[in-house]
Amino acid sequence: MPDNKELNKKSLWEETTLGKVTSRFPLRDNLVTGSDVETDNIYIPIENFSYDKKLGFPGEYPYTRGVQPTMYRGRFWTMRQYAGFGTAEESNSRYKYLLAQGQTGLSIAFDLPTQIGYDSDDPISAGEVGKVGVAIDSLKDMETLFDGIPLDKVSTSMTINAPAAVLLAMYIIVAEKQGVSKDQIRGTIQNDILKEYIARGTYIFPPAPSMRLINNIFEYCSAEVPKWNTISISGYHIREAGSTAVQEIAFTIADGIEYVKNAIGVGLDVDNFAGRLSFFFNAHNDLLEEIAKYRAARRIWAKVMKEKFSAKKEKSMMMRFHTQTAGSTLTAQQPDNNIVRVAIQTLAAVMGGTQSLHTNSKDEALALPTEDSVRVALRTQQIVAHESGVANIVDPLAGSYYIEQLTDKIEAETWNYINKIEEMGGMVKAIEKGYVQKEIQDSAYRYQKAVEKGDRVVVGVNKFTIEEPAPGGLLRVNPELQKVQEENLTIVRSERDNARVRECLSALSEGASKEDINLMPLIIDSVREYATLGEISNVLREKFGEYRESIVL
Amino acid sequence: MNKKIRIVIAKPGLDGHDRGAKYIARALKDAGYEVIYTGIRQTPESIVATAIQEDVDFVGLSLLSGAHNELFPRVVDLLNSQNAGDIVVFGGGVIPEEDLAFLKERGIEAIFRPGAPISEVISFIESKTGSTAA
Repeated sequence: MPDNKELNKKSLWEETTLGKVTSRFPLRDNLVTGSDVETDNIYIPIENFSYDKKLGFPGEYPYTRGVQPTMYRGRFWTMRQYAGFGTAEESNSRYKYLLAQGQTGLSIAFDLPTQIGYDSDDPISAGEVGKVGVAIDSLKDMETLFDGIPLDKVSTSMTINAPAAVLLAMYIIVAEKQGVSKDQIRGTIQNDILKEYIARGTYIFPPAPSMRLINNIFEYCSAEVPKWNTISISGYHIREAGSTAVQEIAFTIADGIEYVKNAIGVGLDVDNFAGRLSFFFNAHNDLLEEIAKYRAARRIWAKVMKEKFSAKKEKSMMMRFHTQTAGSTLTAQQPDNNIVRVAIQTLAAVMGGTQSLHTNSKDEALALPTEDSVRVALRTQQIVAHESGVANIVDPLAGSYYIEQLTDKIEAETWNYINKIEEMGGMVKAIEKGYVQKEIQDSAYRYQKAVEKGDRVVVGVNKFTIEEPAPGGLLRVNPELQKVQEENLTIVRSERDNARVRECLSALSEGASKEDINLMPLIIDSVREYATLGEISNVLREKFGEYRESIVL
Repeated sequence: MNKKIRIVIAKPGLDGHDRGAKYIARALKDAGYEVIYTGIRQTPESIVATAIQEDVDFVGLSLLSGAHNELFPRVVDLLNSQNAGDIVVFGGGVIPEEDLAFLKERGIEAIFRPGAPISEVISFIESKTGSTAA
């Protein structure tokens, strides 16, 4: 709270100086943040502001100012564009293009059948093969995907959740075939099933066996793949589904708490796995609110790990996160305007201290991005890094009266949600009740209503509109792709040792029925023999069952 | 028309982006229509079965994965083959302009693209039924 003397002065100013003006020229309507938070006339110093407790120094608890002491004065964030479409061959050439353009890490987008554990020739995959990402059916496709890309040199992020163990197994073997051992590979699997139930939708199994698979990955990687980020606990999709900034970090941290609780519950030592937990947030248009959001999130996570889970290692308390600019803010109308939105969002992520960033392309409200528009998106990051100057200063907005008060406010409201979810019995319970989904939907509905009423302006959509011709030159995925994948699958199934495949799959099936078996080695064995993603997932479906969403409207 | 207009909002395919579908469902409900929302990951067959069982007047399909050219026409074809061709099908999502003519030709009567206000959807429904929700 601002101190009393200042507060009195502020009231006086509001009555006199400000009042004189607003009586003749009233304030604009709807002076709210992107998340609908009222803003004050002016922000003034906070009373008894404790620098040490609230901020501290970068690289030190509670990490409000950043997780590294140097931040971008040492090296820039990793510029990591999410990409993938069509066949493994097409995606492979897009990755090589991006690396040649100065991108510093890979981020793999998989198609929906891959994300939900179906082969391309499964009838349920019809129409979806290769559409929103690359189609991966077996190790064979993964070998093509990384052909000529040295896995000891790049770090790779894979947006894969329910079948994360299978794709990680494939990556491990591709690396092995390149002569790169598993303790050398670096990267991330998303592996965050809770937000799939909440917002993103690519779940397969019910919560209990899904949490077991996650624990198996934590345990396996802490011993065998030590440089791998075993989960990317994601608020991105929660925000895309329409949540507020507070809900984004509150539900993400509550998910994180659930994962940590579960892993500790099966006997893992918190400091053995917590350092490999990573996060993934959205960057929206409200620049200052977003910056405060990242700062609050880091501070809360540090407190959660230290106070709630008694973590000892500093790394266990550091919230490292990836950011992606907000797809939902992109407009199909006047798509060039999206370049400006993405630039603002980039500034938010960078001034908020992200570790890596994907910038969206201007045409993504219309189709998958073309090579040209992806380049502009990457250049946006490079301009912010090399020309704007903001990367020379660590946590540049610290000490702003507004930023610090907003950071505190976001933190307080986030704790309210976390405590409420704890009272409900944790995140799985809150999801099963539909509570989290309902909270997000209500925010999404309020936002859209405000846009429809014109209370919230979206440039080019509900104001400053023009007649414009349909944009041309959009990227189209080859509709024959499904056939290509089906033919490849036929070849894989005829060339592999099918007796070995059956052995491995039945060993996996047996392992799945025993709670205390780590499934990672069994999955790796199956993948090595070219068992397909669909075959492996089906074995697990049979043992684990499938999740059905509880529809909340 | 005495009977209340009934609409099923459905998510065909494997795409989990349901923000738009849920918004449309809720906004149409608020506008006075009877709305059934299917949830995600529906096959064209299950959508058609729901539409017939619920005796709806409209089917609204939402898809953001790019599989619309395959999945939307299948819903229309299945409705036709089950003597339910009088049910009006419309759609929305990330759908390039150049696909609009094809979808129209295959019987999807309207496509609402990102940014389309709910009032457009309501005007469309009213134009098809010649009446308002209430």
